[in-house]
Amino acid sequence: MLQLRNLDKSYGTHRVLTDVGFDVLPGRLTGFVGGNGAGKTTTMRIVLGVLAADAGTVTLDGAALGTDDRRRFGYMPEERGLYPKMKVLEQIVYLARLHGYSKSAATDAATALLERLGLGERLGDNVETLSLGNQQRAQIAAALVHDPDVLILDEPFSGLDPMAVDSVAGVLQERAAAGTAVLFSSHQLDLVERLCDDLVIIAEGTIRAAGDRETLRAQHSTKRYELVSTGDAGWLRAEPGVEIVDFEGGYAVFDVDTEQTAQRILRDAVARGDVGSFAPQHASLAQIFREVVR
Amino acid sequence: MSIDTSPRPTSTTRSRTTRPAAPSEAAGVWLVAEREIGSKLRSKAFLISTAILFVLALAGLVFGGLAAQNQSGTAIAVTADAASLVPSNDNLEITEVADRAAAEKLVADGTVEAAIVGDPSADPFGFTVVAESSAPTSLLLQFAQVPSVELLDPEPTDDALRYLVAIGFGIVFLTAASLFGSTIAQSVVEEKQTRVVEILISAIRARTLLAGKVIGNTVLAMAQILVLAAIAVIGLTIIGQTQLLGTLGAPILWFAVFFLFGFVLLAALFAAAAAMVSRQEDIGSTTFPLTLLIMAPYFLVIFFNDNPVVLTIMSYVPFSAPVGMPMRLFLGEAQWWEPLVSLAILIATCVGAILVGAKIYQNSLLRMGARVKLGEALRG
Repeated sequence: MLQLRNLDKSYGTHRVLTDVGFDVLPGRLTGFVGGNGAGKTTTMRIVLGVLAADAGTVTLDGAALGTDDRRRFGYMPEERGLYPKMKVLEQIVYLARLHGYSKSAATDAATALLERLGLGERLGDNVETLSLGNQQRAQIAAALVHDPDVLILDEPFSGLDPMAVDSVAGVLQERAAAGTAVLFSSHQLDLVERLCDDLVIIAEGTIRAAGDRETLRAQHSTKRYELVSTGDAGWLRAEPGVEIVDFEGGYAVFDVDTEQTAQRILRDAVARGDVGSFAPQHASLAQIFREVVR
Repeated sequence: MSIDTSPRPTSTTRSRTTRPAAPSEAAGVWLVAEREIGSKLRSKAFLISTAILFVLALAGLVFGGLAAQNQSGTAIAVTADAASLVPSNDNLEITEVADRAAAEKLVADGTVEAAIVGDPSADPFGFTVVAESSAPTSLLLQFAQVPSVELLDPEPTDDALRYLVAIGFGIVFLTAASLFGSTIAQSVVEEKQTRVVEILISAIRARTLLAGKVIGNTVLAMAQILVLAAIAVIGLTIIGQTQLLGTLGAPILWFAVFFLFGFVLLAALFAAAAAMVSRQEDIGSTTFPLTLLIMAPYFLVIFFNDNPVVLTIMSYVPFSAPVGMPMRLFLGEAQWWEPLVSLAILIATCVGAILVGAKIYQNSLLRMGARVKLGEALRG
């Protein structure tokens, strides 16, 4: 388990991280979300040892990270770029060999990974000739080729088309299923919501929420329900303990004070006509995000 | 901040059979060096410019040699008792004189460039070449073996030849050092600019990366020097300048040895200087002093190749020793132990430069953005 604790970082007088701490668990995808300048990249660079924190610790399985431990990391920096004039396959093979793979093992691993990421046709092309999306796939291969225990990916999905998003997401889920701890940042909240097991939300250099996705949703759900019925739902307005959020004909979205009120409304609605659906509304990540960063 | 504490797997250490051990330091260094060499050898611009350099070197050598041989009408005086020993040749304007005194008189007043006088004591030739300040190379080359030479007003070496050799050493050092010095600088900044370095550093140590880059570029630079040396040897042999080859052979070998350490010294400094900036456009701001260090020996040897004091100083200052010491060896001004002392100074400086360079490199490598100040780079 990767643990970040009490990380502080300032650039001159500008404080960018304050008491940042969260866990990244093996076997799970952790989404790291926050606005521009919230501190995501700074945090990731500190984890990788590329940047030094002013205070705080980063530990892996309880031990402080040293140079050799970081060999177990796969990293995708925010600013992309491999060697522009090096062939895609050679480049990934080179990185694998720097991690100790033999030439043949490195070639096998790199070829399989690049094919899996949809770059099988471009193995012999120079990186600079690839489209940005394909360069990004090569970059992801660079982070993954040595089969790291911990993956730190800065915006791995930005600039990818939907097909590429699916193939990259698939690869990350496979790695997580195999026991890798995966931390990735993203602006695409719907994507994070779909993929991630755990969430970390950062704003203005402080962690606003962190933990299991479902737990967070439960924590942030207001008791909100959606009713679709055949009759006019106007009667809801007169019900005690109910606050209407949205209303149109037989459709209504409303907040209730207690679970009992919701059950009573359902029984009344059935008594008044046919009910198409009656369901609690979970807070979406976008809603949680707006709420916690406020 | 809330941290979920529900029970979950907590150990990140997985039983893996696929994970290899880290490569040894040497294996890591060689991987980096191999990539440096490979990427350079695949650059068409590099291959073409190198080929042009080799062709120019060979052409210059052959042209220079032939021009020396074809100098028509080298005026010489020959005494009667040596006349039969002088090769009959269109290139010699022979004036027969009665005796040695007459011959020396003609040499002294410049009527002839040299005189060949009978001298039974000069084995195995039976004659001696008398000249003013230096024996014309074109004359000496007429003989299969170098005859003994007596100078009336001795100056050690032929001026023109001295100048050519000085330019040769100077220009080869300048081109090879600046070519591969800028190559290593660009390569360092390329890795910073593309952030590849952030990935590399999670796999290998900064000093492994630095060592690999220095070794890779040194291998390339030495290969170029050795090919140029081979061209010099082959070229001189082809045009029959075996006598010149005899004088130049040892200095060329010393040049190669001095260049090896001199280049490692420069490469470490170039890598360190380049690590202080983050963009290719800024390389010049930190490598400029090094560029001056490379150009200095070239200009000094051209302007001061007849100044023993300047040459002696040059031959001991580490940055100019690769040019200065071979030059003095060629001129015959250096004692046998002098290149060894100078080499020891060079190697000691080289070790120091590697230590300082590695420190600057390690401290600057991951600092993106504005140029890193030298003081900060040294403190870390």
